[in-house]
Amino acid sequence: MNAIYEFLIVNPWPWWFSGLMITFIMYLLLFFGKSFGMSSNLRTMCSIGGGRLVDFFKFDWKAQVWNLVVAGGAMLGGFIFIYCINPNPTVDISPETIQSLKEININVTAGQVSHFPKEIFNWDNLFTFQGVMFIVVSGILVGFGTRYAGGCTSGHAISGLSNLQIPSLIAVVGFFAGGLLMVNFILPYIMKL
Amino acid sequence: MKIIRFFKYAIIGILFGITMFKSEAISWFRIYEMFKFQSFHMYGIIGTSVISGMILVQLMKKDKIKGFHQKKITFKDKTMGWKRYLIGGLIFGLGWGMGGACPGPIFVLIGSGYSIFIVFMLSAMLGTFIYGVLKDSLPH
Repeated sequence: MNAIYEFLIVNPWPWWFSGLMITFIMYLLLFFGKSFGMSSNLRTMCSIGGGRLVDFFKFDWKAQVWNLVVAGGAMLGGFIFIYCINPNPTVDISPETIQSLKEININVTAGQVSHFPKEIFNWDNLFTFQGVMFIVVSGILVGFGTRYAGGCTSGHAISGLSNLQIPSLIAVVGFFAGGLLMVNFILPYIMKL
Repeated sequence: MKIIRFFKYAIIGILFGITMFKSEAISWFRIYEMFKFQSFHMYGIIGTSVISGMILVQLMKKDKIKGFHQKKITFKDKTMGWKRYLIGGLIFGLGWGMGGACPGPIFVLIGSGYSIFIVFMLSAMLGTFIYGVLKDSLPH
């Protein structure tokens, strides 16, 4: 019993168990006749938030309420994790990554890495060039890109590839090309400005 | 009762939120590390999920795994084409590499008390809105 408790609650999950859990979540949604796709919620929220002047947002958003409930649940899941399971989670990134981060002026100590660089993602930094890039511009790119491509990691990479969809494979190639370009070539430049 | 009908989706969402934390997939650093090819972790997660997902979807299509009330689970094919997937994917990838969060984790981060991600979410909504406005003049 103790071993199961340690595995499920105390320690971070290994990659294989994490992957299976994501598939299990997709299974549950398919079981109830729905599909796994988080970025659709952004469209629904635009529609509710008065975007209905634009044709793209004139759809029956009430049929999407289930997905908003999933997103609300996801928020609650994050809340439960921080307040009931682990208030100070750390991420066990590789020593090479810590070194690479140092090169772009993000300093972290092994064993104390939190979930995102707090010196970048904070309210005081929001109105600096860096803050606008990391928080606002990247948000716009995520929202624009997912809807243009018709899905994000959950909709294309997990659901689409599982269903052997060629369009999803193309989208995932795009995701990775964009990510590689950003992290390896553009990010070092932004961090210097 | 409507509330009860939605209750199961809240549970699924909670499970998703906890999974994002326990898997560390929510971490900006994990995304950075993935795009630097410095760890197998994220590739392991996505790879396991895609392979087990393929088996699951095949079994569902062959009606070996059924849905609620024994209903057959059906799948919609994505519309063919490549422009929107490649260009849209590329744009999303640029944002993912910088912001370190895809749409799912944004919700989880907000719920866990990192209020700055509300701005990130509003920006993502703005991006979605811009797409809605420009949709007809973009190549698809």
